[in-house]
Amino acid sequence: MSTTGINWFKYSSPQAIYPLAGRMIPWFAAVAVGVIAIGLYIGFFVAPTDATQGDAYRIIFVHVPAAWMSMFLYVIMAIWAGIGLGLNARPSFMMAQAIAPTGAMFTFLALFTGSMWGKPTWGAWWVWDARLTSELILLFQYIGIILLRSSIDDLRRADRASAVLALVGVINVPIIYFSVKWWNTLHQGASVTITAAPTMAGSMVTAMLIMMVGFWMYSFAVTLARMRCVIVERERQPSWGKPASIPDVVEAR
Amino acid sequence: MQWGSVAEFLAMGGYGLYVWPSFGVAALCMGGEVIAVWRRHAAASESHDES
Repeated sequence: MSTTGINWFKYSSPQAIYPLAGRMIPWFAAVAVGVIAIGLYIGFFVAPTDATQGDAYRIIFVHVPAAWMSMFLYVIMAIWAGIGLGLNARPSFMMAQAIAPTGAMFTFLALFTGSMWGKPTWGAWWVWDARLTSELILLFQYIGIILLRSSIDDLRRADRASAVLALVGVINVPIIYFSVKWWNTLHQGASVTITAAPTMAGSMVTAMLIMMVGFWMYSFAVTLARMRCVIVERERQPSWGKPASIPDVVEAR
Repeated sequence: MQWGSVAEFLAMGGYGLYVWPSFGVAALCMGGEVIAVWRRHAAASESHDES
């Protein structure tokens, strides 16, 4: 067994996660506010006007971080769902449940800001292009996962069913990411990749990456806060602990 | 800084109509989510205390 002397399982129970998350949320929230403020300042006051797109390009500072978060959060949600299925671990399913609405929100934001950017640069609010269509499907996946969970009363079955749906749907994430390479699309290619130098001015990249960090911190804060909601809500479920008798259920209602 | 005046800043080189709704809706969505989670926690804790 472990020789580190740390009992990691101690931290994996809802009773331990609840206060731990409560202590972490203010820090993540404070950092998120500060970092997003710095990102907006650089994005609007330091980054120059783009030579070809004018100031419309500034939408990138919210569009790209939102789009990245929509994909990151999906993958993280699917990983928690997978751990939940593999280890039959309740807190993992709860994390997956806590992440889904934030992921859906960022997917909507990516689509909305993309539409706001598409109109002045492409002349259309929406085109049925590979990148846009696959991102729209991602939004439907998030909604489907949330609705599937809420449509099943038995908590354990709801956990497992939505976890399977989340895992199957993860195939769409690489499709979204590579769509601009695989198909001829109106959507521009990646502005920043690990392998190549960025195609934008330094201050533009800086602002975008800072906004990205800010959105990460926001996501940590808000998903941990929702995790605490889920913990409290589930504690009320009569299916927890000993099998509930009918009077117990009636009383709980 | 490239902005000569507040009006120039708000105009965003003629793209203000697209830039500001993008950031405005992002702020509304994120702020709204925070409030929603806050209320959900308050509601869950309250009903929890009753039982």
